[in-house]
Amino acid sequence: MTGRVELWLYIAQRVSAMVLAPLVLVHLATIVYAIRDGLSAAEILSRTQGSILWAGFYGLFVVAAAVHGTIGLRVILREMTPWRGKSLNVAAIGFCLVVLFLGFRAVEAVT
Amino acid sequence: MSSPLATRNHPTYWAFVLHRLSGLGLAIFVPAHLYVLSLALEGEAALDGFLRWAEMPLVKGAETILVILLAVHMAGGARLLALEFLPWRDRQKSLIAIAFGFAVACGLLFLMRAV
Repeated sequence: MTGRVELWLYIAQRVSAMVLAPLVLVHLATIVYAIRDGLSAAEILSRTQGSILWAGFYGLFVVAAAVHGTIGLRVILREMTPWRGKSLNVAAIGFCLVVLFLGFRAVEAVT
Repeated sequence: MSSPLATRNHPTYWAFVLHRLSGLGLAIFVPAHLYVLSLALEGEAALDGFLRWAEMPLVKGAETILVILLAVHMAGGARLLALEFLPWRDRQKSLIAIAFGFAVACGLLFLMRAV
């Protein structure tokens, strides 16, 4: 059972990485483009608000980052600390839920 | 007997360390980044207040480091995916150099346009 969970976490980590790679490239390009005249709320919102495309883009980004970051943190904690077992899994799920909550609030705010 | 650092002092080991540290840094930063963006729910003024604070040179420097962390984690991760899913390539050091060069270039580009 545990081995199967670990296998699925490995697959989820790689699939989320494959999803994130092009999203991060677009995000980096957007950052470099948008920063040129300084950032303002009006400038950010004028680009993103009312756009289904940006809402979908950042919604997918949030889900992939939450999955990828949670599994990555869990791997680091398992390998570099004595923390194991159910409490670690509960903490990891908690971290994932916090990122999803904050992420969807952010997407709602800017789109 | 050689020390652990001596046996691990290899570009692929340092690429592993960099990937870990950048991932850890991003995991800590992302919740704060998302919280700041959600300030727009309270109106433009709330988000603008933070963005004015972010104009300070020290914050710009920190943002540059974050851009480099994001780029290095993405490029290093792409190298790892290639390592695991594509046929083996002998030029691992070159791939690490390309990943690191891409990350530094992203950081410099950001810095040049931000200041």
